[in-house]
Amino acid sequence: MNVIETKNLKKIYSQGEIKVNALNDVSVSFKQGEFTAIVGPSGSGKTTFLNTVGGLDKPTSGNVMIDNLDITKLKANKIIDFRLRNIGFVFQSYNLIPVLTAKENIEFIMLMQGYSEAKRNERALELLDAVGLSSEAKRRPGQLSGGQQQRVAVARALASKPKFILADEPTANLDSTSTKNLLDIMYDLNRKEKMTFIFSTHDQRVIDRAKRVITLEDGKILSDNTT
Amino acid sequence: MRQIIKIAWRNVWRNKLRSLIVITSMVLGLWSGLFSASMMSALNNQRINSAIKSQLSHLQIHHPSFQDNYDIKYQINGLNKVLKALDENKKVNSYSARIVLSGMASTARGATGVKLIGADHTNEINITDIHSHIVKGTYFSGGTSRQAVIGQELAEKLKLDIKKSIYLTFVNEDGSQERLKLKVVGIFKSGNSIFDGSHMFAQKDYLDKIFGKEDIIHEIALVSNDINQAKELKYELLKAFPDNEIELWSEISPELGYANEMLSFFLYIFMTIILIALSFGIINTMLMAILERKRELGVLMSVGLNKSKIFLMIALETLFISIVSVPLGVFLSYVTISYFGDVGIDLSMVEEGLEQFGMGTRLYTELYLDYYINITLLTFLLTFISSLFPARRALKLEPAVAVRSI
Repeated sequence: MNVIETKNLKKIYSQGEIKVNALNDVSVSFKQGEFTAIVGPSGSGKTTFLNTVGGLDKPTSGNVMIDNLDITKLKANKIIDFRLRNIGFVFQSYNLIPVLTAKENIEFIMLMQGYSEAKRNERALELLDAVGLSSEAKRRPGQLSGGQQQRVAVARALASKPKFILADEPTANLDSTSTKNLLDIMYDLNRKEKMTFIFSTHDQRVIDRAKRVITLEDGKILSDNTT
Repeated sequence: MRQIIKIAWRNVWRNKLRSLIVITSMVLGLWSGLFSASMMSALNNQRINSAIKSQLSHLQIHHPSFQDNYDIKYQINGLNKVLKALDENKKVNSYSARIVLSGMASTARGATGVKLIGADHTNEINITDIHSHIVKGTYFSGGTSRQAVIGQELAEKLKLDIKKSIYLTFVNEDGSQERLKLKVVGIFKSGNSIFDGSHMFAQKDYLDKIFGKEDIIHEIALVSNDINQAKELKYELLKAFPDNEIELWSEISPELGYANEMLSFFLYIFMTIILIALSFGIINTMLMAILERKRELGVLMSVGLNKSKIFLMIALETLFISIVSVPLGVFLSYVTISYFGDVGIDLSMVEEGLEQFGMGTRLYTELYLDYYINITLLTFLLTFISSLFPARRALKLEPAVAVRSI
């Protein structure tokens, strides 16, 4: 069963008088438990694709169906709520909330969803353990390394048990050890929890671990290979 | 909600120096505003109290035509009934029944228009505080009944000193001119140079002898137990004695009444201006904070924090700055105002100017509790309004763009 399905997705940006086709008739679907890398050169539409699938950006035309719900038709507040309950995000620059500790960052989304304190605590500790940061629970992002921050970001994305996780170049700022650790964690979570991961990346190390690689160029799908 | 409060509170302290600068400016702004307001309020109250104690009292009763031209034939209607009612009324603290003569005071050195108040001075000391402002001589004493206590300005104008004689020429009931010779036994300085230059006091016994009867009373000045009861008392007396004119101090001296009303209005305008200026500081700081945190706000929006919660977070951050600043500012003001309310501020360098307005040279700062409360509420309101613009800017952020901003 398809978790995500895009139909004739188009996104046109206006840069002054020039119109840029960031996405050009992209139709693709993703099944539960996929571990997919979206690759392509800069400006190929990777981030726009993830933003559109994640409901952060509205397409110019086309549809994004998530569990058969067309999220492009949802109103602004509904889409925020939809994101909260269904999608996990991992950003290139970690983007943790700097005034909260690692554990509080993980708990944050669960809190928004109305989880009880006991459940939040249990899940946050479980995820911190999963990403190997139990001892860093009380540290704020500024006291963590880049790799540690990104692991917290993954744990945060997983906290509310979303339908899938969108990760926009998650390893771009990490050294090779941190990248390997992060990929191991995500691969493990994908395998154990059947969590769907979709990455945009330039990083060959990520591409090598992906089960499916979709190549975008000029907003179009150039290739779609499953290993 | 708890998490939003926690984030907002911690956000306030992310840039400690900047937050402390805003808090300090708010504290100093509030302090300077409240302290200045307390000085203005004290000046006004001092002026009113001085006028009430030296001349106006809380209420005055006259014949309806007396104050038109101070014609001595217009005496209080139904005097005995009025006096009996005053004796029986529990709101009345004390009163003094007076003979008031408007005439020309003269000596060999000059002449000037004056108002002579003839009263039983054992009653008068409960109404006016002239007895405590004697700078030379005494406030009446044994001996001759032709004694006069005059204002310092009047003494200087007529080159008078104690034990000297002063003549008062006035128009009698029958239209003839009458001349009184009085001996100055005391000189007072009330703090109001205009009053001191135009008023003198004499003993009612002596004037009774001159008029040959004891029931000539032009004015009853009375003090109620509480100045706030004066209005109620006025209407009670007016109902009982409609053929007399009964006026509150603010009606006898409307310029003081208006000044009092205007001042409270002006003080709020004054504080509002200060607080609006401070609000711009808050808007600027919050706007900077928002622009610096674009990416973070984008993340919060991306992960599911809806607009109302983003708005709440920014409004709370602004409110927290006030929650820290306002109590500090109000407390600092209260301490300073209380201190100078006890020891006073010496304004003797502008003594002459102050005396023109009937004010003393030592200012005891004071501010009513309701003013503190209203200013606190006004500050919170303006702070909330200040948060609207930065919050609006934050809400306009597109999460997809904001998460990638530097």
